[in-house]
Amino acid sequence: MKQTFAIGIGGAAGQGVATPGDILAKIFSRRGLHLNAYNAYQSIIRGGHTLLTIRTGSEKVTNMGDRIDLLIPLNQDTMDRHLQLLTAGAACIYNADTIKPGPAAEGVQLCPLPVSELADISRNKVAQNTLAMGAGLHMMGIGFPALEEVLREQFKKKGEAVVAENIGVARAGYDYAAAHFMSFPNPIPKTENRYAILSGNVAMAMGGAAAGVKFYCAYPMSPSTGVLHWMAAHARKAGIMVRQVEDEIGVINMTIGAAHAGVRAMCATSGGGFALMSEGLGMSAMIETPVVVINCQRAGPSTGVPTKTEQGDLWQMLGAAFGDYPRVIAAPLDIGDCFKLIPEIFNLADRFQCPGLVLCDLLLSEGRLSVHPNDLDFSPPIDRGELITTNGNGNGAPFAVGMNGDYKRYKITESGISPRAVPGVPGHIHTVATDEHMEDGVLISDEFTNPVKRRAMMEKRMRKVAGIEAAVPPPTLWGPRNADVTLIGWGSTKGVIEEACEILNEEGISANQLQIRWLVPLHGEAILEILKDSRHTIIVENNFSGQFARYLRSETSFVPDGHIRKYDGEPFMPHHVVEAVKEQLAGQRKLSVPMHEIMV
Amino acid sequence: MATGVQRASQQLTMADLKGKVDPDWCPGCGDFGVLAAVQKALVELRIPTHNVVTISGIGCSSNFPGYMNTYGMHTLHGRALAVATGLKLANHELTVLVTGGDGDGFGIGGNHFVHSMRRNVDLLYIVMDNQIYGLTTGQTSPTSRVGMKTKSMPFGNIEAPVNPISLALAAGATFVARGYSAEQKHLTELIKQGIEHPGFSFLDVFSPCVTYNHDNTYQWFRPRVKKLEDDSAHDPTNWMAAMEKSLLWGDEIPIGKFFERTDVSTLHGAEPVLNDGPLVHHDPRVPPDVARLFVEELM
Repeated sequence: MKQTFAIGIGGAAGQGVATPGDILAKIFSRRGLHLNAYNAYQSIIRGGHTLLTIRTGSEKVTNMGDRIDLLIPLNQDTMDRHLQLLTAGAACIYNADTIKPGPAAEGVQLCPLPVSELADISRNKVAQNTLAMGAGLHMMGIGFPALEEVLREQFKKKGEAVVAENIGVARAGYDYAAAHFMSFPNPIPKTENRYAILSGNVAMAMGGAAAGVKFYCAYPMSPSTGVLHWMAAHARKAGIMVRQVEDEIGVINMTIGAAHAGVRAMCATSGGGFALMSEGLGMSAMIETPVVVINCQRAGPSTGVPTKTEQGDLWQMLGAAFGDYPRVIAAPLDIGDCFKLIPEIFNLADRFQCPGLVLCDLLLSEGRLSVHPNDLDFSPPIDRGELITTNGNGNGAPFAVGMNGDYKRYKITESGISPRAVPGVPGHIHTVATDEHMEDGVLISDEFTNPVKRRAMMEKRMRKVAGIEAAVPPPTLWGPRNADVTLIGWGSTKGVIEEACEILNEEGISANQLQIRWLVPLHGEAILEILKDSRHTIIVENNFSGQFARYLRSETSFVPDGHIRKYDGEPFMPHHVVEAVKEQLAGQRKLSVPMHEIMV
Repeated sequence: MATGVQRASQQLTMADLKGKVDPDWCPGCGDFGVLAAVQKALVELRIPTHNVVTISGIGCSSNFPGYMNTYGMHTLHGRALAVATGLKLANHELTVLVTGGDGDGFGIGGNHFVHSMRRNVDLLYIVMDNQIYGLTTGQTSPTSRVGMKTKSMPFGNIEAPVNPISLALAAGATFVARGYSAEQKHLTELIKQGIEHPGFSFLDVFSPCVTYNHDNTYQWFRPRVKKLEDDSAHDPTNWMAAMEKSLLWGDEIPIGKFFERTDVSTLHGAEPVLNDGPLVHHDPRVPPDVARLFVEELM
């Protein structure tokens, strides 16, 4: 079993859950530890219930895990909801003045803090949070200077008095714990590594900057808004034009307009906004102007559960916009991959002059993960494809100026790719059209059309599909060959399935994993080749109907032995997958829908 | 648009502006007059054709870019202004003309119309307003008069029309004018002014549909249109007066420049990211020292 330590901090929105979360994340990352943070929250600005889980360890931590070691409830509601989930060895630190503990399992240490005795609560409204942090830090075996350093940074802007006060309160909590509470048996380790802590949204925004995105626009929509916030805050330093637009229809069309002028342009939204963008994607495909669109899925349909995660938009992405056209769809596997994927998909979109779609979800978008700084590479390969600009072609080489007017924007080629001149280039004047058109761009719909011309242009565009397939690697199998069970997942479930496989292997059930990153192109034959030796196959996905299972069957006729699905808004925890695998291997059922035990 | 307008080194002719195909509009369509006036204006302003992008939505009048020898985009129904905004922000040295009809601009594209004006995007938006849906064979449009009988409202329109001039003034357009396709010289002059105006120029043009609109015909317009330029009391810097003029409809319908102000920054002019020239000429790479800071702030 992985040696990890998880802290749950819960309270009402507006009670200051985020600040201790950020402070603890910083302390762990500075100790050279990995961490994963997941915030279960509600669509409410003040009130409601939110539970932030921070899990840390010296090895890679890929998901929220199965257990909370330290619970810090900031209100009675949190105590009532979660104390019962703690098991032997765990502890709960709480404000003894305002919160009463309920029945706790044997071996759970209750740590009441006499908050009004330890701090002046009339002056410091969040004293209980700071005291609890100090107390918790001592119990984890971390020296006080680590907290002092971060508090100093956190409150620097508010002046020395505020800094001193907070450090004093934290110290009181630290000392009180030393005198009254039992420390955890294994102190939190320390390594020489250093990691960056970031959300998937920040990773995708930074990945965009690294890919050379010069235009980003969006309409705010949870859980994609974090991309807009990073872009807006860093726009001027990164040299990116960032706009907030009136709606997602405007967003996709503005993005296409900017891309058409010759810059890399990107936008992000969630399922509802993506639905509005659908017609625009068809335009991107028809006029062959590449854009990258991110969909951060949340629980649908309709407004759904805006603050909860789901993998329910796969078929929307597969079917977005009418008609047949080439597209690329990829689902990042973790937060580090959110960064890495963006330059990759831009290169494909640019080379094949088609839309590139990123299918992310709330779990990655708003979760946070430790990523090695070397994995945030701001010099990835940039391939603009066959682009003709006033500076030369997009890859820096000079272009031949054809002043004779024989330039054909949609020249029929073997690859289906036609050199793309942007407005402003002399000698390449042309009109692009969402109507079907001829090689030179002149509309053939409807007046000049005939079946031969239409077929030729359709085949030209669709020839790009073969090129895209050749440019994208097929998936590979992770873990032992010949395993008892093969777990198939896609996108964000990578980490939790990986850990479930580790647990199963430790328990004597050999398990391996096939995780899909490129959804289109899918490489169906390679997948069949991998799965033909599998003894028992189970598809794990965060939706009701088995959207990926249905897609895989439609592309390959493959039918798995079983399914594990979850559609309650919360992500899988490792034990959900482990227990479901066991019951399916025992022949108890073919479809498992694990119950989420944490009431958030 | 003065900041971005570049001049051709040699004289242009009308033939230089002619597209690859001839318009397929009905004989007598008002749009012919608008096309001729736009081409004339570009010849007179001597803007190099490769620096002009004509962007349209969908509809009869939206086939416009195909009839021009400039860069062109025939986009989606109602979306031309959004596409044009993105394009202008990515390369503000281009002269951007947006063309379309009243259904495209005031109906399905109404949201983008309002927001493009408040943003003061630097482009000229020409609406060929025929008060009817033509390409879908004659349905009521957002500018159809009350009582007008169409295929979609055979018992007469019961909805009040939008007033494009008042709407543009209220939304913050910095150049607001109305032309008439049968008044060629006057229209050409308005188009030239609209192209040179720094900011959003809105030009609503009466462009009669000879096939489907039997109410608002050339015969109907001729005695009614009155040029604001002939009214010595009209002051196009006075917004309130322009608003009052915009409400005139009936026996007397003003055409000409209602309003212009040049003291508002264009959208691209207000964004420091563009201080070093058009985005399309920027180095795509984030400088290594800046990239390092982006990563360090997460540690």
